[in-house]
Amino acid sequence: MSGQQFGLALAVFLACSVEAVEALTIVLAVGATRSWSSALWGVGAATAALAAIVAALGPALTALPIGVLRVAVGGLLLVFGLQWLRKAILRASGLKAVHDEDAIFAEEAEAARAAARAAGAFDGYSFTIAFKGVLLEGLEVAFIVLTFGANQHDVGLAAAAAAVAIAVVVLAGVAARAPLARVPENNLKFVVGIMLTSFGTFWGGEGAGAHWPGGDAALLAIIPGLAVLSLATVALLRRAADADRAAIGESVGA
Amino acid sequence: MTQLKRAALAVWDFVVGDDWRVAIGVAVAIAVTGLVADSTVAAWWVLPVAVVLLLTDSLRRAIRR
Repeated sequence: MSGQQFGLALAVFLACSVEAVEALTIVLAVGATRSWSSALWGVGAATAALAAIVAALGPALTALPIGVLRVAVGGLLLVFGLQWLRKAILRASGLKAVHDEDAIFAEEAEAARAAARAAGAFDGYSFTIAFKGVLLEGLEVAFIVLTFGANQHDVGLAAAAAAVAIAVVVLAGVAARAPLARVPENNLKFVVGIMLTSFGTFWGGEGAGAHWPGGDAALLAIIPGLAVLSLATVALLRRAADADRAAIGESVGA
Repeated sequence: MTQLKRAALAVWDFVVGDDWRVAIGVAVAIAVTGLVADSTVAAWWVLPVAVVLLLTDSLRRAIRR
């Protein structure tokens, strides 16, 4: 496995793990409080819809000329990656609430209990919430699999990495029978933001005609460079937030 | 709201997200990379510089909100 293939598999695995944890929380909440069978039908329907989307878009994407593909995919990954990274930096520096699966589970379960229930075995609420949750989180998985896979001409590897991630998360969820609150989701999102932005920078640049010094090895400078920059930004923001809190405390105490 | 408008908004939200300036900035940075690559100057540095500027600007605006 080449370095780029390893990077692809790792980025897809981590991104898909995060999305799978979020989808699992939603399915667990409606399944445990209302109807497991209807929630699982929702999961099945969403999975079928996602498979149809990947089957339709996959061959179309791989048929594009590599330059066009890299510009489009690089640009999209940059837009996605920069948003993930911004939110991860804000969470890590304490300026945005961290993603708490226990709290999200409690919120979803409360909403599920409060929703009206029609008579009969099939529960439309559980089906719809599970379907929407899996479809929306799954769309991000499909996007990452297709963009990374098509760009490297290795959709199979990207799909395999995604499948392993989903299987690991589902097995862990079944074993725990609870939301996976102990998964370091916020740290994973930080890493995924760095990976998406780095690959987006590399492919976007190549697609637009730039030649990276060292070729593919440039990724070995881009990824750690962006990681250092992001961690330094977190440290700076934390220090500024601490100084603000101290100033507020002093003014309240005075 | 029509189904079509709702679908278009969902696609916009999925692709562009909550900061459209980042999407515009990325498009401009890729276009500039292409223009510089057509000249005699190396173009690889344009996107890393753009990433730093866009991330800093997006963070600054998010903190101010």
